[in-house]
Amino acid sequence: MHLSPDEIIFWQYGLVKLNATILYTWGLMCVLVIGSILVTRNLSMEIERTRWQNLLEIIVSGIEKQIEEVGLRQPRKYIGFLGTLFLFVATASLFTIVPGYEPPTGSLSTTAALAFCVFVAIPLFGIEASGLGEYLGDYLKPTFIMLPFNIISEFSRTLALAVRLFGNMMSGTMILAILLTITPYLLPIAMSVLGLLTGMVQAYIFSILATVYIAAATRTSKPDLASDATHAK
Amino acid sequence: MDSMTIIAVASIISAGLTIAVGSIGPALGEGRALATALTSLAQQPDASATITRTLFVGLAMVESIAIYCFVVSMILIFANPFWNHVIAQAAGK
Repeated sequence: MHLSPDEIIFWQYGLVKLNATILYTWGLMCVLVIGSILVTRNLSMEIERTRWQNLLEIIVSGIEKQIEEVGLRQPRKYIGFLGTLFLFVATASLFTIVPGYEPPTGSLSTTAALAFCVFVAIPLFGIEASGLGEYLGDYLKPTFIMLPFNIISEFSRTLALAVRLFGNMMSGTMILAILLTITPYLLPIAMSVLGLLTGMVQAYIFSILATVYIAAATRTSKPDLASDATHAK
Repeated sequence: MDSMTIIAVASIISAGLTIAVGSIGPALGEGRALATALTSLAQQPDASATITRTLFVGLAMVESIAIYCFVVSMILIFANPFWNHVIAQAAGK
């Protein structure tokens, strides 16, 4: 019984290892990219469209609406990053239907990498929205005594993101492995369904938390008159 | 009792206690959060999207405490560094 798919090694040459995490991550990336390329080859603008295009439109417009509801004014700027986070974590947990597959997010390396991406993206988007001086000034915002606490909270948020996703995914696979040795026939299927549900919820949570952090970092005190006008329509 | 036995006993008892005590708090907290969310949904069904989203985000933050306890307990059982060190010493002898 292994703690994470890092321990399943398919091929090794010195220090370079091909373990299950890398293999399944690249498999997911291929599925997502090639699937999207195939679907978006002949896009139609009329009512008649293929069901795959419809599916992609539902997903993209759903994510866009969620980003806007959280408070980010121009969701198209952020949907590349946030949508990818959601889709990667969601498909990583969706594919547990396939036998022999283990979600790569069940390894602390993957979730730490995703959390680090969010950690880097928050200042990038913040500085792009309000400039370097004002973004750094936000760290002193309530009083300058809060500076160490704000810095600590940046790191602890990132750590919490990584450990939350890792813990949820790892516990799903581990419960399944333990149950398979104890009561093989019906209970593992129920736990697998529960694992799917928590996987989807965790994908949503990860991307919504990233959205909330980015919204907090890009929130400026100046009222945004242009988008207020479009909202009022 | 030699050190191997002490480490094993301490790890097993700690793992059990960690997850047992560590899931009481989050469970109570999530129950309270859910009850309040249901009350406010009954009072203002129009805001159900916002309330539901905030509920899920809040539940995830509370749940992560239980997840930390679970991860510690799993590490104690499956990836225990003290146990590995003692086993390596015993194997080396």
